[in-house]
Amino acid sequence: MTERRPLSLHVPEPPVRPGGKPDFSRLAIPQAGAVRRPPVDVAAHDIHDLGYSIIRVLNRQGEAVGPWDPKLDPEVLKAGLRAMMKTRAFDARMMMAQRQGKTSFYMQCTGEEAIACAFQMELGKGDMNFPTYRQQGLLIAQDWPLTDLMCQIFSNEKDRLRGRQLPVLYSAREAGFFSVSGNLGTQYVQAVGWAMASAISGDTRIAAGWIGEGSTAESDFHSALVFASVYRPPVVLNVVNNQWAISSPQTVAGGESATFAARAHGYGIPSLRADGNDYLAVRAVAAWAVERARRNLGPTLIEWVTYRAGPHSSSDDPSRYRPKEESDAWPLGDPIERLKKHLIVLGTWSEERHTQMQAEIEEEVLLAQREAERHGTLHDGPRPSTATMFEDVFKEMPRHLREQRQELGI
Amino acid sequence: MGTQILMPALSPTMTEGKLARWLKKEGDEVRAGDVIAEIETDKATMEVEAVDEGRITRILVPEGTEGVAVNTPIAELNGGGAAAQPQAPGQPGPVTRQPAPPAAASPAVGQVAQQAEDHAAIAARGQAREEGAAKAGEAAAAPEKDWGPTRPITVREALRDAMAAEMRADDRVFLMGEEVAQYQGAYKVSQGLLDEFGPKRVIDTPITEHGFTGMAVGAAFTGLRPIVEFMTFNFSMQAIDQIINSAAKTLYMSGGQLGCPIVFRGPNGAAARVAAQHSQCFASWYAHVPGLKVVAPWSSADAKGLLRAAIRDPNPVIVLENEILYGHTFECPTAEDFVLPLGKAKVERPGKDVTIVAYSIAVTWAMQAAEELAGQGIEAEVINLRSLRPLDAEAIAASVRKTNRLVTVEEGWPYANIGTEVAMRVIELAFDWLDAPPVRVCGKDVPMPYAANLEKLALPSVAEIVDAAKRVTYR
Repeated sequence: MTERRPLSLHVPEPPVRPGGKPDFSRLAIPQAGAVRRPPVDVAAHDIHDLGYSIIRVLNRQGEAVGPWDPKLDPEVLKAGLRAMMKTRAFDARMMMAQRQGKTSFYMQCTGEEAIACAFQMELGKGDMNFPTYRQQGLLIAQDWPLTDLMCQIFSNEKDRLRGRQLPVLYSAREAGFFSVSGNLGTQYVQAVGWAMASAISGDTRIAAGWIGEGSTAESDFHSALVFASVYRPPVVLNVVNNQWAISSPQTVAGGESATFAARAHGYGIPSLRADGNDYLAVRAVAAWAVERARRNLGPTLIEWVTYRAGPHSSSDDPSRYRPKEESDAWPLGDPIERLKKHLIVLGTWSEERHTQMQAEIEEEVLLAQREAERHGTLHDGPRPSTATMFEDVFKEMPRHLREQRQELGI
Repeated sequence: MGTQILMPALSPTMTEGKLARWLKKEGDEVRAGDVIAEIETDKATMEVEAVDEGRITRILVPEGTEGVAVNTPIAELNGGGAAAQPQAPGQPGPVTRQPAPPAAASPAVGQVAQQAEDHAAIAARGQAREEGAAKAGEAAAAPEKDWGPTRPITVREALRDAMAAEMRADDRVFLMGEEVAQYQGAYKVSQGLLDEFGPKRVIDTPITEHGFTGMAVGAAFTGLRPIVEFMTFNFSMQAIDQIINSAAKTLYMSGGQLGCPIVFRGPNGAAARVAAQHSQCFASWYAHVPGLKVVAPWSSADAKGLLRAAIRDPNPVIVLENEILYGHTFECPTAEDFVLPLGKAKVERPGKDVTIVAYSIAVTWAMQAAEELAGQGIEAEVINLRSLRPLDAEAIAASVRKTNRLVTVEEGWPYANIGTEVAMRVIELAFDWLDAPPVRVCGKDVPMPYAANLEKLALPSVAEIVDAAKRVTYR
C-alpha cells in the first residue's frame, strides 16, 4: 500500500519578470524546412508529431525552404508585405489617436500581423471569420477602407455600428468578418455552428474561428472542439499563441503541460503548429487547412506561435510584468522584417523601395484619418444620431420604446 | 503660436495621476510621437507622447508631483499659449464621465476636481443634515452604531483593506480571479495582497469564469472561504449555472449538510465607454435567487463594512461594486473591528417630503437631486439600500409613512428591477400612507450604447430624479 503523504498544489512557475533576463529556451524551434508536409486527407493520429513541432519556411538567411514553401509570386509577397506594414501603421496612428483622446480605447496587433494578413488571402468570398479583437489584419489585407474602421473607432456620425459598440469591436458582414465579441471565447463555438449550418444546407462556404491561447481555458473552446470532432464541419480553428494574456503567461492557460495544438489530439482533429511570424508558413499552413475544409474533410486546429510585441490594449503597461527587452529577444523575429529580407534575397526588393513604401503607407493612413475625423471623434465634431438609440433592440420597435424616445424628446 | 501640453486622461475613468518622470527637459525639441514623460495612475504607469512638434519652453509640473488633475497644463511648447485648447486637434481632451465644458484649461481642471470631490462632499452634507435632524428627533431609521474616528480612503482601498483584514483573521479566506495576483487586479483592487499573502492565497486563474467559479464553489464545499473576483460582473454570466444552481442551492439540496461560504465580487453596471456587453447591472438577476445574499456598496464605509460581513457570512454573497466609485474618497471608520450588518439600509440624508431609494452609484445621483430639490423647497429623504437581499423593507416603509411618496433610482433596466421590488414592498407595508403612485427612475430599456452622447441618454440623470420627485409631490 502507498504511504499517504501530505498533498501539495502545483502552481506554474512565474516566467521572467521585469528586471530579469528574457528566456525562451523552453521553446524548441526546429530548422526552417525541417517539418514534413502530409497530404490533406491524413488521419489526425498520423500527425500528432506536427502538434509538437513548428512549421517554418523562412530561414535565418531569408530563404524559403522545405516542403511547406508555398512558392508564391514575388508580387503576391509584396502585396502581403504591404498589408502587414499597413496594419502596423494603422495601429500606430490609432494608438496615438487614443493618447490624444480621440477614442477611449485601442488594441494593436504589433508583431502578429502575418497571421491575419496571410490567412485572409487563403479564404474566398462568402467565407466567414469569427475573429477576436486582434485580427484587424483580416480586414486590412482585403483592402477594407481604413476610414470605415476609423469611424467605428472614433464612434462618429459615420460609424457603421451607430455609436453602439466599443472601439475595435468591428462588424463587417460583407467582408466575412463577424461582430467581435467583448466577452472572450463566444465566437469560437459560433464558428463551428456557422460551419455546421453551411454543411447542413449544402453550401460551399467555410468558417474560421479565432481565439487567443489564454481564452482556450474557456468552456467555449472545449465545446467547439467537441462539436467539430463529432460533426466534422468545414471550419479552421485558429489558436493565436502570443505568449501573454494581459499579465498571465501562456503557462497559466496550460501551455506548460502540452502545446495548444495538442488540445486537438484527444478529439481526433488534425492539428498543426506553425511559425506565426513567417508570412510564407502562415500562407502554406492556412491553405492546407482551408483545402481540407473545402474538400469536406472536416476541421483543422492550428496553433500560431507568435509574440505580442505591444501592450494588451491602450490601458495596459507590459513593463510592469515582463522585461522590456523580451520582445527583442523573441526568437522568431518580426514578421515584416523577415518577409522584407526574403524579398531582398529574391532580388526584387531593396531598402530604398521599402522606405518609399513605408512613406506611401503612412500618407495613406494619415489621409484616411483626416477623412474619418471630418465626421467627428469621441469628443469633437459630429456624433451618432441620438434618435437611433432605440432602434435594433428588437426587429420592430415596441410601443414602450417609442414612448421612451418621445419622453427624451429625440 | 505656442501651446500648452496638458495632463492626458489615459482611461475614461481617470481623473488624476502622478507625474512620475520627465524624459525631456526645458529647451528640448520634440517630434510627434516622442515619449516626453511617464505618468502613474492607480491602474498603471503610462508614457505620455508628444502630439505636436516644437521646443519645450517651460515645464510647469515638476516630476514626482502627485494628484495632477487631468487637463492641467504640464508644460509649454513653443513659448506656451495664452489659452490652452483642450479640444484643439492634437491636444489630449478630457475623458470624464460628463462631457467636459469646452473651456480653457484651468476651469476644466476645476471641473474635474469638483467631480472627484462630489461624492464625499455630498455624503458629508447629507450626514450633517442627519445629525441636525437627529437632534430634532426627526430621523426615521435608528442611528447607526458610532464606530468612532474615521479617515478618508477610496472605495478601492476600502475593499482591499476588508479583504486583507479578513485574510489575516482567517486563513481559510483566499482570493482568486483573473489578473488578481501579479497585476494586482484589473482595477487594482487587490493591490499588495500577493505580497502579503503569497501565491497560494492570491491566485491568478486561467481565463474561464465558468471554470474558476466552479472550482471555488468546490473549495467552499470543503469549508474554505473563497473570494472570487470577476473582472466585471458581465463575465459572471459564463458562470451563472455554478452560482445559481450550485452555490445558491446546495445547502438546501443537501439537506443542510454542505454549505457554500463564498463571496463573488467585482464591478457591476456601467463604467464609461465600455458599451453593451460590459455595462449592465445584474442586481435584479442575483437578488431574485433564494440562497444568495446581494449587497451593493456606495461609500468606502459601505464597501469595507459590507465586504467584511460578506466574507464572514456562511452563505454565498454577491458584492456588486461600481468601477466609477473605486477612485472616490469617503470617510471610513478606522476601528479594527468595523463591520456592517447585511440587510440594513442607511438614511444618507433625512427629509420629510419624498423618499428616494437608491443603491450603488445611484446614491450619488439621488443625493445631488436632493440638494437640487432642497433649493426648490422639497425635502427629500435619501435611503442607501446597501443590501438588496435581504432588503430592509421596514426602513423604507418607515420613511414612506413619513413622506408619503416614493421614488426609486438605479441604473439597471426598468423591467422587473430592484425598484419594482421596493415599490411592491411599500405597497404591501405602507399602502395607506402613499399619496402618489411610486415612480422608478432607471436606465432606458436598451443595451448600453458606446458613444458618449448615447450613453448619457441611456443612463438615469439627476434631472430625471428631480422631475420624478416633483411628479410624486404634485409640484
